[in-house]
Amino acid sequence: MAAAEALPAEERVGQVVLPGDVLLLPSHPEADGERLWLGPGAALPGRLVCGPGLRSCGAGLLVTKCGLLRHRQPGGAGGGSGGAYWVDSQQKRYVPVKGDHVIGIVTIKAGDIFKVDVGGSEQASLSYLAFEGATKRNRPNVQVGDLIYGQFVVANKDMEPEMICIDSSGRANGMGVIGHEGLLFKVSLGLIRKLLAPNCEIIQELGQLYPFEIVFGMNGRIWVKAKTIQQTLIVANILEACEHMTAEQRTQAFAKLSER
Amino acid sequence: MKETPLSNCERRFLLRAIEERKVRDRDPPLPPPLHSAATGQAPSHGSAGGVRASPHLSPGRGALRPGRTRGCPARVVTLLSALQRLDGRQSYDYRNVRISFGADYGCCIVELGRTRVLGQVSCELVSPKLNRATEGILFFNLELSPMAAPAFEPGRQSELLVKLNRLLERCLRNSKCIDTESLCVVAGVKVWQIRVDLHLLNHDGNIIDAASIAAIVALCHFRRPDVSVQGQEVTLYTPEERDPVPLSIHHMPICVSFAFFQQGTYLLVDPSEREERVMDGLLVIAMNKHREICTIQSSGGIMLLKDQVLRCSKITGVKVAEITELIQRALENDRKVRKEGGKFGFAESIPNQKISAFKMERAPVDTNDVEEQAEEIITKADPPSDVFAKPLLQMPGTAQIGEGLENSWGDLEESEREEEEEGNSDDATTSEGQKMETGERNFVSKTKKDDDTIVLSDSEEEEVVILEPEERQKKTRTHTSAKQENSSSKKAFNKKRKKKRATH
Repeated sequence: MAAAEALPAEERVGQVVLPGDVLLLPSHPEADGERLWLGPGAALPGRLVCGPGLRSCGAGLLVTKCGLLRHRQPGGAGGGSGGAYWVDSQQKRYVPVKGDHVIGIVTIKAGDIFKVDVGGSEQASLSYLAFEGATKRNRPNVQVGDLIYGQFVVANKDMEPEMICIDSSGRANGMGVIGHEGLLFKVSLGLIRKLLAPNCEIIQELGQLYPFEIVFGMNGRIWVKAKTIQQTLIVANILEACEHMTAEQRTQAFAKLSER
Repeated sequence: MKETPLSNCERRFLLRAIEERKVRDRDPPLPPPLHSAATGQAPSHGSAGGVRASPHLSPGRGALRPGRTRGCPARVVTLLSALQRLDGRQSYDYRNVRISFGADYGCCIVELGRTRVLGQVSCELVSPKLNRATEGILFFNLELSPMAAPAFEPGRQSELLVKLNRLLERCLRNSKCIDTESLCVVAGVKVWQIRVDLHLLNHDGNIIDAASIAAIVALCHFRRPDVSVQGQEVTLYTPEERDPVPLSIHHMPICVSFAFFQQGTYLLVDPSEREERVMDGLLVIAMNKHREICTIQSSGGIMLLKDQVLRCSKITGVKVAEITELIQRALENDRKVRKEGGKFGFAESIPNQKISAFKMERAPVDTNDVEEQAEEIITKADPPSDVFAKPLLQMPGTAQIGEGLENSWGDLEESEREEEEEGNSDDATTSEGQKMETGERNFVSKTKKDDDTIVLSDSEEEEVVILEPEERQKKTRTHTSAKQENSSSKKAFNKKRKKKRATH
């Protein structure tokens, strides 16, 4: 294939990669020989995880999405190698991932499960027992059309994803039905990931304007509620516009807003 | 895939926003429809008001005055103070219209806010319809692909699609905006068939307006090859021989949509996708810049009053004038650029939208002297060589390397590989027809070569790739080279034994 322009993966980290690019991994014939003499006590070489947008082909990785190549070192001490490579891309279509927190819309109440639209290829199922304090007798009050903030426990290929609204200790922990007011809107998945990054500047700056409630779903949905409709709309529009603004433009926009 | 449902809170929010605006916006709410007001009802499905027969009639409806409009908002953030609709528009505001042309004639992309439609016109010489021997054929086709919205299915004529296609045909073909007689080449034998393909690229509401603009822009931009007729002989000229000729267009009908809420109490121009979902009824008016109505269609089963329809037609007149001017400017601009030999086409006209990366903090890991540390760790670690040097032979055909290694998979591989190698060397010896000893010598050298890469074939593990730091690799290499003779002789011995077994 495009092996002629194949570059080592480390060099491309942080750069734009395109579908069809081949990334070489820093493995050598000796790399596997190493396994022979590594006893079980010695530090194991890291496993390389091939993240979204990459597929292994032959000796390297084949890029299947366009975006920025990212790499994360493994958590272990300095000696370990491997880690994870993935492509940070800009897309709108969500693919359920186990453990993701998402905002869904209840579409069907069928017996003891709810069907929830999360924007994936298939609707997720949500048991009525997967709410805090729910028992067979004490059913949660969920109507069709309600918004659910939950977490995926099952998200496999070709299978119906499954959501829950409790954590491992049975607490709601913020999950469950989102209030009946407010505005839900959709943004790209890349923007959501940026907004959810720790110490995101936008959220910090927004929070200084006026109080509001906000919920981010990894499926690209954001729910906002402020005191008035106008304030809610302002938050929604700022978040949508932020994707294509530089830091300076954003600070200007915020300054303009806080004047009033 | 099913359409994403509209959640209750969205619906409530949209309606509340519309109602709240009404309080500020001093439009006198219209009285509820009366029974006697039936004359004022808009014509329902299928009826077309005043379809033009010939172009350039004197503009009718003289009493039309421009409706109240404000300029389209330049950018969301700048007009946040005026936030009314979800995207900051006033009720009578149209979204920004952008027209860009492709490199070919008759190709354009029209953006109405975030709704995008690609239009492409093509032509073909065909024999005319029997009852219309001297008229060319116009064909419109709008496609809704899943690229625009996940709810659209490919290859299925949904109700919406049929409705839109029909409306488009009524707006453009039945209003006779294209002179079809000029498309006739030889009467009854050859006419031009003009085909307008429209593809929705992104769906954010008001498809019909965007599609009608795209269709008329593409038709205006299109040039068909020139033909000459001598007797019965038709000559088609390539663009190099003769300049292609534009179609003759009488007028430009443009659709404008109005969404009604609460039984027609509230009215919005150019509804976005979410407004379309909560609206009660839709009124589409197609008009040209001479304020001649080409089509009216109301759907959704609302009772409209005469005043409402009149007000809508006034608004349409203003909007159509603005859009027509924009189209003419865009066409003029494109013509100028092409004439001057400048750059044109989509690649030039689509703006660079940068995805601004927010400031990303680097992981707070000190990577200054990682290499030294790694070196240190390696030197402190147990020398792995002794394990390497002693392959254990538990029984013929198996080998174990290292003490704690339980992985039978690796061993199997190793032995397999050896056997394979054996076979190879066997072949070599027999083909050369030499003695056993030479074969064995050959064999020894071969193992020697191979020895510094005692590799398990990793064909089975594709997903997990083992990386190793540079330092360790070097280390391994030195070890292997040091032990090379030692192990190679052992290997050779091992293989000899196996070989004997194989020959038996």
